[in-house]
Amino acid sequence: MTASLHLWLLPLIPFAGFLVNGLIGRRLPKALVTGVALIATLIPFLQVANIWFHLGSTSLPYVENLGTWISAGPFHADFTLQLDHLTMIMLLVVTGVGFLIHIYSAGYMAHEEGYWRFFAYLNLFMFFMLTLVLSENFLLMFVGWEGVGLASYLLIGFYFLRDSAANAGKKAFVVNRIGDFGFLLAMFLMVQHFGTLSYSGVFAQITQHPEWQGGFLTAIAIFLVLGATGKSAQIPLYVWLPDAMEGPTPVSALIHAATMVTAGIYMVARTHVLFDRSPFTLSIIAIIGAATAFFAATIGLVQTDIKRVLAYSTVSQLGYMFLACGVASYTSGIFHLVTHAFFKALLFLAAGSVIHALSGEQDMRVMGGLRKKIPVTFWTMTAGVVAISGIPPFAGFFSKDEILYQAFISPNGGKILWFVGLVTAFLTSFYMFRLWYLTFFGESRAVEQAHDAQGHDDHGHAHGHGVHESPWIMTGPLVILAILSVIGGWIGVPAALHGHNEIANFLSPVFGSAESGGSNQIALILAVVSTLVAIAGWFTAHILYFAKPELPGKLAHSLHGVYTLLLNKYKVDELYGLVVMALMIISRYLLKALVDTGIVDGTGYVAGYTAQGFGALVARIQSGNIRSYAGWLSLGAAVLLVVTYFGLTAHLSLR
Amino acid sequence: MLIDSILTLTTFVPTAGAVVVALLPRKGRIIQWWTLLVSVVTFLLTLHLPAHFIYGQSGFQFEENYAWIANPAIRYHLGVDGISMWLVVLTGFLAVAGCLASWKTVETRTKEFYFFFLLQQTAMIGVFVALDMFLYYGFWELSLVPMAILIAMFGKERGPKTALKFFTYTFIPSALFLVAILYLYAKTGTFDYVKLQQALTANGSLFTADALGWVSLAFLVAFAVKVPVFPLHGWLSDTITDAPTAMAMVVAGKLGLYSILRFNLGLFPAQARAIAPLMIALSVIGLLYGACIALVQRDMKRLVAYSILSHLSFCTLGIFSFALSGLNGAVYQILNHGLSGSAMLILIGILYNRYGTYELSEYGGLAAKTPWLVTLFVITTLSLIGLPMLNGFVGEFLVLSGSYAHHAGWIFAATIGVILGAAYMLSMVQKIFYGPESAMITRHSVADLGFREHVILWPMAILMLVMGVASPYWIKAINGAVTGLADTATQTVTYTADHLPADHLPADHLLEKR
Repeated sequence: MTASLHLWLLPLIPFAGFLVNGLIGRRLPKALVTGVALIATLIPFLQVANIWFHLGSTSLPYVENLGTWISAGPFHADFTLQLDHLTMIMLLVVTGVGFLIHIYSAGYMAHEEGYWRFFAYLNLFMFFMLTLVLSENFLLMFVGWEGVGLASYLLIGFYFLRDSAANAGKKAFVVNRIGDFGFLLAMFLMVQHFGTLSYSGVFAQITQHPEWQGGFLTAIAIFLVLGATGKSAQIPLYVWLPDAMEGPTPVSALIHAATMVTAGIYMVARTHVLFDRSPFTLSIIAIIGAATAFFAATIGLVQTDIKRVLAYSTVSQLGYMFLACGVASYTSGIFHLVTHAFFKALLFLAAGSVIHALSGEQDMRVMGGLRKKIPVTFWTMTAGVVAISGIPPFAGFFSKDEILYQAFISPNGGKILWFVGLVTAFLTSFYMFRLWYLTFFGESRAVEQAHDAQGHDDHGHAHGHGVHESPWIMTGPLVILAILSVIGGWIGVPAALHGHNEIANFLSPVFGSAESGGSNQIALILAVVSTLVAIAGWFTAHILYFAKPELPGKLAHSLHGVYTLLLNKYKVDELYGLVVMALMIISRYLLKALVDTGIVDGTGYVAGYTAQGFGALVARIQSGNIRSYAGWLSLGAAVLLVVTYFGLTAHLSLR
Repeated sequence: MLIDSILTLTTFVPTAGAVVVALLPRKGRIIQWWTLLVSVVTFLLTLHLPAHFIYGQSGFQFEENYAWIANPAIRYHLGVDGISMWLVVLTGFLAVAGCLASWKTVETRTKEFYFFFLLQQTAMIGVFVALDMFLYYGFWELSLVPMAILIAMFGKERGPKTALKFFTYTFIPSALFLVAILYLYAKTGTFDYVKLQQALTANGSLFTADALGWVSLAFLVAFAVKVPVFPLHGWLSDTITDAPTAMAMVVAGKLGLYSILRFNLGLFPAQARAIAPLMIALSVIGLLYGACIALVQRDMKRLVAYSILSHLSFCTLGIFSFALSGLNGAVYQILNHGLSGSAMLILIGILYNRYGTYELSEYGGLAAKTPWLVTLFVITTLSLIGLPMLNGFVGEFLVLSGSYAHHAGWIFAATIGVILGAAYMLSMVQKIFYGPESAMITRHSVADLGFREHVILWPMAILMLVMGVASPYWIKAINGAVTGLADTATQTVTYTADHLPADHLPADHLLEKR
């Protein structure tokens, strides 16, 4: 065993950054605020890198106990941190992508009010996210789980003077709370059945009892899934994520694409010992995942706001990861989590660069022809688009293909799930290239006048008019992420393509190396099919948005019903709105007016009137004279004493 | 250094202070400074208790026990255990906060205000430390009087009416409570808590089951009104709305909840177990009911009043779960609520002080003008909605997870309160601080928190964090005391076995296995 790794420093340093910027940041110069925030993320990244390079000499899982958190009767929970292979990957993604996005933000947010506040929240997010992935028990994971939700709430509502932003923040928090409700119930069940919430304790008991199948394990698993659907924006709780685009774009990249929203996938993978015992729950996860992937992709087809397209795309991609977990191929889920973190962070940041260039414009209908004007953004975004579309040898191809392959061969999966995934892959490729063509190709459709930026990022800024490329501080992270989006998939090249699938080997101590029924031949065929489908998506987008740009309008006209349904996002928000309204009506009229004012207060008044005598008394003592109050008080006390004394002696003499 | 008769000192220093207040001239801020001094001294005295408390020892500590009146046998018996000790400290802490919070809000009739304010402190501390039923009852009744008078005096035009309501609600059950105490005395010949406990648990032949049932019910109703437990909360929202901040902070919760723990669980465990299913049902209903009504309130102080109803229901839920961690969580939640609920009332008082209204619709977009106010408001909100790492979560989690094993259905419902809690609190934050600036906010130019307000609120905020991460410091004392209660409760299992669910014991053992 090597010396202590000091894992506690990883979350605590960003927390210190949060405290500094949060408490005195308003009075500090911007450069200093930036410095504090960046260093508070850079140090954990370097520490993680250091751990990574010395991983060979560390025995995993490595556990660090920092003391007791709660100890009450039979219940006990510690501040315990853990490092294993899964945590290692999450740490690299969170600190690596997190640091890049911090750098980018220094440029993107340079002209914003509340610069210090933004970086304080960003560091707070890092603190909670690192707590989430480092925890060794469910209760501590829940700290990170709710905490990232808090950071998300604060950052979505960053432009809090706008109603839409404040609403979106609240919606995100409350919808996530519905998921947390599931997480809490799962923990209650675990406390009841295992008497502990530590991973090692829970998993050891499950392993020791091979006869436990389904039953209460399924109940726990289903409640955990409810939690995961909240955080990872799956059906039925995905509705908060598109609205979360009200936050500044770097936030969308960091929290709502690369890290926080993957917490649900991480949690399922972390708890795989339990999920493996409940095939029923796994099937539910797979179905939710595939359905969400498809459903969100269809909505993404017609959105016109560049960030909303990416938001629905994120929901859809998270669906793939869910699907992977559902077919018990946690490795491919985590693999896609990693590549997705690269290319989706890249896409959001590039979109941010576009928005920056257009002084806050997010509507793709008024973009176009930006290819030459912002070349770095264009080329990096191209890398992201190709990666997410699943065209080899870019990152998304390998991870998505692995998920589709696993869905195809897994006993939990099947051809239907695979097919849904494949259709979604076509849709993904189509809507991403649609975004690409609309933004960068054709003639500029910008209206040369000051437009109303309401409902957008509010990213107006001071320096000159005209389209301009972003400064190096923003394009730098773009380039790095673009490179990762190109080569990131090479860590998981399957044997069928003469690779070694390093990530699967790396994660095998956590997930085991289950080789199931497939063959290289099937893998190869499926890979060819997905490639063709991806190219078909591109081709379709090329025709509709490049070769014959008048076609989409006609198509929307002829398929009016479907188009409107998609544009209105299946009216799911309205449906939820109805539920909320029903709750409010019941609360206001039934509970408040009828029960509370009518029955509870009514009986109170009846009782009050029967006690009119007290009323007279209180009215008399209401003289405002302290001596009279004191007099009344002592008189009352005396009467009380006398009465009780006689009452007592009388009672006693009776005995 | 161990001070003898520390409890007497702590209890009556505020009374002595009140007497001096009556003699002080109404000039400048002399009365305020004096009251502050008395409150700080009292608080420091209360801190003596945890410093010298012997952990891991059950029973009462710092006891003082003298004969007071020979016949009837009334003793001057004081003492604290792990539960009441922290409640005494909390009372001392809130007295300082309450005094500072009233500093500029109470500008008229200051002498009356601070006189009764200090008297109220004695009454509350007395309730927590008295171990003689008669003495206890004296403090209990005393706690109603200054409260009612201050509400009548400071509650604006509706004050007298609200005071009457409060007084009627709390006084009528207290009268029945007194009868029950006297009945116990007549049967056992003692008012002393410890002796009563022995008499009640050891010698069942003194009472018929029926009579004891009625006696315990008289106790319970008096306490449940004071908590309040749904549906006895009719007085709460008016009282919270009309009472001065320093009084609203202490009017609900701890007195009633402590008394339920001490007397209903301590003296009548079998009866408490018998009525537990009803109390758990009422707690969960009250929890959701309060949350739903808070959701549609347009007046922020009423919103907080219903949130108080909702939060306190967690405590009754934990108490009547009879699970060890549930009881621990309930006591911890009393402390949490005393801290965070008070901070919320102070914050709302600050808003009222600046803008003169509790109407949520008048507010909007305040965050930009008052960054510190919004920061502390949000921290307090997060504590109240149970964000992990803050105090509220520890209590809520222990209550819910501890009770889950035996009451899964009710706990399932209660956990929905976690969602509703976030919804109504964040809606309030949004309406006050976010969105476009309202006309009223634009019209006024209002400063952020002042020095005095920082001094009140930051210690409270820091304490929320500390209590959220270092709960063992408090719970090690609480655990000893509630273990005693849970044990008393199990002793009687044999008498009341038919009331228990069949799966009761095995599940308990499962928990204790680790």
